[in-house]
Amino acid sequence: MHFAEALPLQSGAALADYTLVYETYGTLNAERSNAVLVCHALNASHHVAGMYEGDPKSAGWWDNMVGPGKALDTDRFFVIGVNNLGSCFGSTGPMHLNPATGQPYGAAFPVVTVEDWVAAQARLADALGIEQFAAVMGGSLGGMQALAWSIMFPARVRHCVVIASTPRLSAQNIAFNDVARQAILSDPDFHCGDFYAHGVVPRNGLRVARMVGHITYLSDDDMAEKFGRKLRNASANQDYKFDFGIDFEIESYLRYQGDKFSEYFDANTYLLITKALDYFDPARAFEGDLTRALANTQAAFCVVSFTTDWRFSPECSREIVQALVCNRRRVTYAEIDAPHGHDAFLLEDARYMNLVRAYFGRIWDETTGKEQA
Amino acid sequence: MNFEDLSSLRPDLAFIAHWVPEAAHVLDVGCGDGAMLRYLQSGKRCSGYGIEIADDKLLESSRRGINVIQHDMEKGLALFGDNSFDTVLCLSSLQMMKHVEHLLRDIVRVGAEAIVSFPNFAYWPHRVALLKGRMPVSKTLPYQWYDTPNVRCATIYDFEELADECGLEVLERVALAEGKPVQFLPNLRGSLAVFRLRKKKLNGGHDASSLIT
Repeated sequence: MHFAEALPLQSGAALADYTLVYETYGTLNAERSNAVLVCHALNASHHVAGMYEGDPKSAGWWDNMVGPGKALDTDRFFVIGVNNLGSCFGSTGPMHLNPATGQPYGAAFPVVTVEDWVAAQARLADALGIEQFAAVMGGSLGGMQALAWSIMFPARVRHCVVIASTPRLSAQNIAFNDVARQAILSDPDFHCGDFYAHGVVPRNGLRVARMVGHITYLSDDDMAEKFGRKLRNASANQDYKFDFGIDFEIESYLRYQGDKFSEYFDANTYLLITKALDYFDPARAFEGDLTRALANTQAAFCVVSFTTDWRFSPECSREIVQALVCNRRRVTYAEIDAPHGHDAFLLEDARYMNLVRAYFGRIWDETTGKEQA
Repeated sequence: MNFEDLSSLRPDLAFIAHWVPEAAHVLDVGCGDGAMLRYLQSGKRCSGYGIEIADDKLLESSRRGINVIQHDMEKGLALFGDNSFDTVLCLSSLQMMKHVEHLLRDIVRVGAEAIVSFPNFAYWPHRVALLKGRMPVSKTLPYQWYDTPNVRCATIYDFEELADECGLEVLERVALAEGKPVQFLPNLRGSLAVFRLRKKKLNGGHDASSLIT
């Protein structure tokens, strides 16, 4: 969907006009009361669920969560996935033409924040005629957007589902993000962000950025179990290779992930999204007091964390819960004992899925006016 | 959930529900399947939260539509501010705690009043079992000694002593058998002990418990 009205950004800059690509699943009811917005994280898109015709490899990034009969049941809810500004999956981003210059934006694409994304999503909701969402939901960076929705548009969110997220990044989180950014910025093929004109892609920088990021999504135990110190293509006598190629399985795995990522992801997008992560801190305007930052929220919340997630640890989620409790907001909080680190929010886990299913069951009962037992 | 449902499901909870004021802000520590909070919400217009550690109970509570927070009570109630609730419930959970005293102090810190219940170890069938040389196994203590989650065994008299030490005033004390109060020889004939407590007020109006901790 194209928006001709300029979008003012938190940085003071503005996007003159822009396009948001989105997908919807299910049917909007006559009262327009069953809409759920699903916000995406770093490397995902508007393609939340389902498959494209004739492409069995195209399952949406949250296909295990969203679909007919699933935890977020599209037979009941009208689900919207929207690609954020600055992304590389269709919505206006740094690879698109800057109307002011006729050249790709590149480095000139303005830095966007979580709040800017939410403001853009709200315009999409307006255009779709959705006054209030039954729920806004997201994991990780998507959870930040859900939280921002509840703060920026309190009356437009009945339920806010925040999974494996945090009210702010820690110094360690920011440090990892900056290492990733430096990998991209120092790649000679980056050309200060204008690599499109040079017909190259800063592939090495993107690979290293993804490798660093990927380490933080897995837990130590998970890595130990999956890879341990297993050697890759070990010689007959199980010896080391004594060079700087691939010895260990984990090296092979990370390089494969990095290679794959560098083929489809945009370097400028990676910079923009990690910056949006770093900047998110709704308590900042309230001297660090998250309770005050959440004082105007009206939604009921469902907060979920995973015990082995050291990137956005349960402590981060508990901080959100504590601030909500202080404000006497309705809140459900689950701490799922899953072994997969931050990535757990995308994976199948019966306790996790059942909890989310139960919560959406409750939203459904509310939406349809049914009392709980 | 209405009162009749609660009475038939859990008569002890139905009795205790009378002690919770209308529209109170309630914390239910160890809320289990959430039946009590559900009734307090729908039947007495109460608000508040349940705390539960077990995944299956959390799910049941969530299905009931109550606000449930997964948390290990053993780690205390630091999540909640002082006096943030009208009533704190801790029903048939305290006996499973390793840090009973710490939790009890925390319960009265966060709430104006507390209602605490636990299986009365001095209930006469338990005494008979011990006289026969065996650990008691009953409806309120349905476990064998080697698999019981109840790590603390207390009688009504024992708990009174601890409450006093923690600077708590006993507002009401009832022993229940089959969900009904026992008037005569409660420490012998009651299987479930229920206490309504609050911080003792000193002359200056300070909370006694805050001076002790």
